[in-house]
Amino acid sequence: MLAFIIRRVLQSALVLLIVGLTAFSMFRFVGDPVDNMLGQERTAQDIERLREQLGLDQSFPVQYYKFLSEAAQGNFGVSYRQGRPVAEILLERAPATLELAAVSGLLAIALGIAFGVFTAIRRNGFLANFIMSASLIGVSLPTFLIGILLIYVFSVELGWLPSFGRGETVQIGFWSTGLLTASGLKALILPSITLGLYQMTLIMRLVRSEMLEVLRQDYIRFARARGLRDRAINFRHALKNTMVPVITVIGLQVGAIIAFAIITETVFQWPGVGLLFINAVQFVDIPVMAAYLMLISVMFVGINLIVDILYFFIDPRLRVDRAGGH
Amino acid sequence: MTDMPIKDAPQKVVEQSRLRVFLDSDVFYMFKKSPVAVISTIIFASLVLSALFAPLIAPTNPFDPASLNLMNGFTGPMTPNAFTGESFFLGTDDQGRDVFSTILYGMRVSLFVGVAAVLLAMVIGITLGLISGYVGGWTETIIMRTADVQLTFPSILVAMLIFGVAKGITPVEYRDQMAIWVLILAIGLSDWVQFARVVRGATMVEKRKEYVEAARLIGRTPYAIMLRHILPNVLSPVLVIATISLALAIIAEATLSFLGVGAPATQPSLGTLIRIGQGFLFSGEWWILLFPAVTLLTLALSVNLLGDWLRDALNPRLR
Repeated sequence: MLAFIIRRVLQSALVLLIVGLTAFSMFRFVGDPVDNMLGQERTAQDIERLREQLGLDQSFPVQYYKFLSEAAQGNFGVSYRQGRPVAEILLERAPATLELAAVSGLLAIALGIAFGVFTAIRRNGFLANFIMSASLIGVSLPTFLIGILLIYVFSVELGWLPSFGRGETVQIGFWSTGLLTASGLKALILPSITLGLYQMTLIMRLVRSEMLEVLRQDYIRFARARGLRDRAINFRHALKNTMVPVITVIGLQVGAIIAFAIITETVFQWPGVGLLFINAVQFVDIPVMAAYLMLISVMFVGINLIVDILYFFIDPRLRVDRAGGH
Repeated sequence: MTDMPIKDAPQKVVEQSRLRVFLDSDVFYMFKKSPVAVISTIIFASLVLSALFAPLIAPTNPFDPASLNLMNGFTGPMTPNAFTGESFFLGTDDQGRDVFSTILYGMRVSLFVGVAAVLLAMVIGITLGLISGYVGGWTETIIMRTADVQLTFPSILVAMLIFGVAKGITPVEYRDQMAIWVLILAIGLSDWVQFARVVRGATMVEKRKEYVEAARLIGRTPYAIMLRHILPNVLSPVLVIATISLALAIIAEATLSFLGVGAPATQPSLGTLIRIGQGFLFSGEWWILLFPAVTLLTLALSVNLLGDWLRDALNPRLR
């Protein structure tokens, strides 16, 4: 088992090294960094100094090593467009994205499980069928159209909710939060629905199919024979046993939520990391793109690693398979 | 001269019988029996045709400044303009461009990018899948590991990164011109993994069969065996993935263009049109946004339904 974990950790490290190499090559070879950082008025001395400062006069492996060790210490260089350290900009933008992702994740989990259980218990009910068909439409609509639709209904026609921005925020240390003001909470509603809708339908469908599977088992029939209440059977006996695959999917979707935040943040002009990234792509701000790539890969690879290891603990069959396979 | 008919005749016979074979096949029979498949094919085909013949169908050429009249701006659908009295089927945008025409031209860009990106992904995926399935060893490890790494990230994110890097490499003055090609490259490169995985799996099964053994024994080169013998036998799952990929590629293109990292305003796709239309949502000109969005949805949905049907039809276990 230890061998499996070590192998997975090594694999993840290799992936991160490759991603780091990609990020570094982007920084080094897309356009000339010296050109990008110095203005029109520059002397040969300026160029020479900057080249030395950036270490461009050294060999490729040395440069790569330096780039990685700098990045590991949180130094991602200076944004071409804003002229400020990338790490500083990222830190300033991160709370907005993390709050949005957390709220939409919680929304997706809570509603997904609730709807999933409901549609499984009332399998042939009118409302359950309606929810299932509505979820199909929700899946086939692209995220940005869902966002626009919500803006049209709730901001333009009804005028209930703001269509862009975070509302008022409160500064706590370096963290600016929108969760403590009324306007901040109101501004959060539409973006988090937009972002979490896909994950919600995913969780809902998974919970439903797992529940249907479990409800057929003998121990549920036995529980009914014992005269337990429906509520106790459905939630204590059935739902508990559907949770293993659901937790795995939730884990894997965390990364997807952060990535798709790019689209939601653009629709709602939400001042988070995703909007920063898309602006960086528009203006070819390579240091920001490279930093975003590295941050998000650390997250993705980390989550994958944790889910794999968790799986290993949860499902004993996997242990036998892996041991036999390799 | 006398050779010609003799040469042509057998070919014609073959072609006719091929059509016969197709019309008599199970797949075509199932197609006729499935209303969803027939309807989505009709919708998809008519959208493709109207995109292809956009210059003939479109009432105006929206990208010819001479044909535009700013006075026609913001004309509602089916209502005559207050100043010029002209009427437009789906209304006009802020610059007086006919929305119906921009949609036809926009659909051209969307479909072109979608199809070209899927073709690119297919070529890359099939090549790498065949090689890694047939050759195996280190080559396979490297290719499939790369695929695994790429699969860790959502493909839309990969496409954005490739788009950004490619944009950085192209000189500033060519950026707008090259945007469409960069878009194709970005979506194509972000989508090859599915093809490679499926082709590799199928190739590994096929390569142990006797006909491949026989081809090897008579001395055919590995190149010929892969292309002429194995490839035709692994194509049916590829076809299914290609159809579903096309729907995804069209959506991906629209998303990228909507985000402003895709088709430029000079060559708008449906996504770009939606991006433009979003700006008029608050001022009440809903038609500039609604019609491109509905077109995009219809297009993506018809391809998706077709892909779903094809997957079931070509899956022998479901028959």
